[in-house]
Amino acid sequence: MLKYKPTIGLEVHIQLSTRSKVFCADKNEYGSAANTNISEISLAHPGTLPVLNKTAIEHAIKMGFVCKSSISQEMFFDRKNYFYPDLPKGYQLTQDKTPICVGGEIQIRDGMGKFKTIKLTKIHLEEDAGKLIHEQTSSFSMVDFNRAGVPLIELVTEPVIENDEDAVSLLIELRKIVRYLGISDGDMEKGSLRCDANVSIAPLGLKELGKKVEVKNMNSFRHVQKAIQYEIKRQGSILEKGNEVISETRLYDVDSGETYDMRTKEELNDYRYFPEPDLCPFYISQEWLDQIRKQIPILPSQYIEKFIHQYAIAENDALTLTESRELAQFFDQVCEKSGNYKAAVNWLIGPCKSYLNEMNCEINETNLTVDRLTALIEIVDQNRVSFSVASSEILPHLFSDKTANPLDLGIKLNLLIDESIDQIENFVEELIKKYPEKVAAYKNGKKGLLGMFMGELMKETGGKIDPKKASETIKAALES
Amino acid sequence: MHYRSLSQVRNDLDNGSLTLPELVRHYLRNIEENAHLNAFLSVYGDSALEHSEKIQTKLLKGNAGRLAGLVLGIKDVLCIKDRPLQASSRILDSFHSQFTATAIQRLIDEDAIIIGRLNCDEFAMGSSNENSAFGPVLNPLDNNRVPGGSSGGSAAAVASDCCLAALGTDTGGSVRQPAAFCDIIGLKPTYSRISRYGLASYASSFDIIGILSKSVEDAALLLEIMTGYDEMDSTSSNEPVLRYAELAGNHEKLKIGMLNYSGDEGIDPDILQYMRSISSELKELGHVVEEIDFPELEYALPTYYILTTAEASTNLSRYDGVRYGHRSTNGHDLESMYKKSRSEGFGEEVRRRILLGTFVLSANYYDAYYTKAQKVRRFLQDKTRSLFDKYDFVILPTTPTPPFKFGENATPLQMFLADLFTVLASVAGIPAISLPLGKTSEGLPVGVQVMSDAFTEDKLLSFSNYLMQETLTSKA
Repeated sequence: MLKYKPTIGLEVHIQLSTRSKVFCADKNEYGSAANTNISEISLAHPGTLPVLNKTAIEHAIKMGFVCKSSISQEMFFDRKNYFYPDLPKGYQLTQDKTPICVGGEIQIRDGMGKFKTIKLTKIHLEEDAGKLIHEQTSSFSMVDFNRAGVPLIELVTEPVIENDEDAVSLLIELRKIVRYLGISDGDMEKGSLRCDANVSIAPLGLKELGKKVEVKNMNSFRHVQKAIQYEIKRQGSILEKGNEVISETRLYDVDSGETYDMRTKEELNDYRYFPEPDLCPFYISQEWLDQIRKQIPILPSQYIEKFIHQYAIAENDALTLTESRELAQFFDQVCEKSGNYKAAVNWLIGPCKSYLNEMNCEINETNLTVDRLTALIEIVDQNRVSFSVASSEILPHLFSDKTANPLDLGIKLNLLIDESIDQIENFVEELIKKYPEKVAAYKNGKKGLLGMFMGELMKETGGKIDPKKASETIKAALES
Repeated sequence: MHYRSLSQVRNDLDNGSLTLPELVRHYLRNIEENAHLNAFLSVYGDSALEHSEKIQTKLLKGNAGRLAGLVLGIKDVLCIKDRPLQASSRILDSFHSQFTATAIQRLIDEDAIIIGRLNCDEFAMGSSNENSAFGPVLNPLDNNRVPGGSSGGSAAAVASDCCLAALGTDTGGSVRQPAAFCDIIGLKPTYSRISRYGLASYASSFDIIGILSKSVEDAALLLEIMTGYDEMDSTSSNEPVLRYAELAGNHEKLKIGMLNYSGDEGIDPDILQYMRSISSELKELGHVVEEIDFPELEYALPTYYILTTAEASTNLSRYDGVRYGHRSTNGHDLESMYKKSRSEGFGEEVRRRILLGTFVLSANYYDAYYTKAQKVRRFLQDKTRSLFDKYDFVILPTTPTPPFKFGENATPLQMFLADLFTVLASVAGIPAISLPLGKTSEGLPVGVQVMSDAFTEDKLLSFSNYLMQETLTSKA
């Protein structure tokens, strides 16, 4: 059925979250009022010179370590020359000849959950450009230079990605890594993670790659996926007609979901790269490299490994728990404190995760602490409160209230299991009488009705009973 | 009143025969009387007078800086906060700098007074000061002749006693050559010795601030104060700053190389004659003087022009009419705005060098020109630096000819040849000084250029001082 094999390579730009810009002290801050984070250096006034930001170097090297790249210890910057109003110096400082990280790889899981290794060509450091703003009501173009000089790493993969799904998996993995490393917020909507895709297709069985088309202007994972899908289809139909694909740059159009020809002379551009004479070649000592390596936090793959082997967590749960560094760390600490790994998973993947999703925040941005979740697990374990009551009545307070202690809350809200309710049997008897048809249905095999009886019982008792004991009692009554 | 050094000024200030405001007024009068030279683009009379009064008070209190009494002119490629900066170009019409160059700030902090902005070749590109958007500067010694370039205004201002000293910039001879043409001292320090922050770049790997003065001691003092690492210029050197101003040195039995250039055509016979006479004079003084054949010199000029134009072509890309300076009103879209703004804003020589530089960096010619020139530069650097394994100093003329008349060097190639002897120190990145020692038979000034090894300005300056005192400058 498939006649063509697509090959995709990605060029991913990631803004580094440093305090200042990569070549001057101006603030690197998203969302500031236009043209407020600019000095004469950002604006390329005559007489200004760049000075390299060491944190940006460290961030790039951390990325390289995680990707198992080899780190260049000697490097220099190059000028990429072109004119555009958002480019104050008339050239961009980048690393054409000596990228800070060479080679490397990233592991992803494909749609079937199978591991795949994506080889990297390089990761290099460069500066971002400003931003052009076109207002429909004005015949002028405006330019905001706040972004000019924000540090970027550009990560380039080999042309080895086989389909749109893998491309998106790679981006998600990249976002996860930069967030774990704390080197970028990896937010595509804000433009801190941007992706261009080089897409080509070739007849199956052919070793050579087809003509490459560069697709730009995708602002979300979904756009990347749709743009690649569209491009594969478009190139397929060109080859079907016996025509040739033109090597060009195309833009993705969000509204139509199609790509279109940029119609610029960009292809003819000669960037006249040459070594930046305003910066000395840069040397990274072994000591510095060792220091940077020590700053690398526990990574998702290491957490997954630990969760599966040490805490005996299912792989899927481990994946969910490591989606963010904050959650993984939190889970790890709860496990260490409470020892009840299974409960920790249930709490975090269940009620905690739904709360976080609903609030669209990370766990460290809430008031829930490791200690208090551990305490909550403990009182559930001790049968002092039921899981369902704890999660529906106590947990919300732990998220919203800074000091509330689970046991105190249980007492204050009158939620603790009342040991004195030993007349569960009485309640059960009432229920059996109330629903004779359901009892008959149960006896005929509709075992699922147990849940209905449990629900009713909980309602009657205000949840203050031990659910395990309750379920046993109902079962005994139904089956007698 | 014609002071030749800051120590003379200080002497009179200290004994009360002169006040600093008087001195500033003297210079302001001279500036006015010499307005025809076209050396000054701006005169900061009011602020200079105001500062002079404050510094006079400090002098009386005994807490004045080391440069109190020094009145200084600044070439129009160096930034001073809230002052116009145009690099003598229309492209920077109405531009004012928003900061002060590090080197200038260090001088101001020591109570130097800045009296004005000095004309130069546009973006420091030229050897005659004929490439200024504000018109040429005249040589104060002979108004029919050029003052040299690119720091022509700086040289003319010092020579005509409009200020005691001036800052210029030297990329391939732009301080030394005009100093020679105007019969004053011009010092180009080792590349990276002074911060370039606040110097509008021409060619980043060559540019360096230089000093034009009437005495070696002033050049040494200004250098000492400007020198030193600057965190705003990561290419600035952190070699220790030496006490240049002490001019201490042993001048017994030095080994001196006289650099010969085999391609002698085009070199003024009077200059060759003067070089021979200084050579024998040095021998008489007990030094070992040897002639050095240096055929490699012929590669210095092409290397210099390939690399400087390459760097200039991209250094000047920022002048695009978008954020500041001249924007053409004739543009109808982005591309024509760029083209028209830059074509209107840049003069002919600047346009020529941008085109040359763009060409040598273009993909098809990059290796043939840029890469090769880098290799030759390294070769010349090694070759030149190795001279100092054998010699304490190397001496050669500053210029192949005395100051020429306006329009005399009609073609760009002829003009480029004016830099023949100065580009070597620039390509090698070593310090060099032009000393006003000789005269031609016509009475025109002859500059003698002394070079020494990188970061040995202390030795170079003390030897220069010795030469100025020991040799009879009007001997030839």
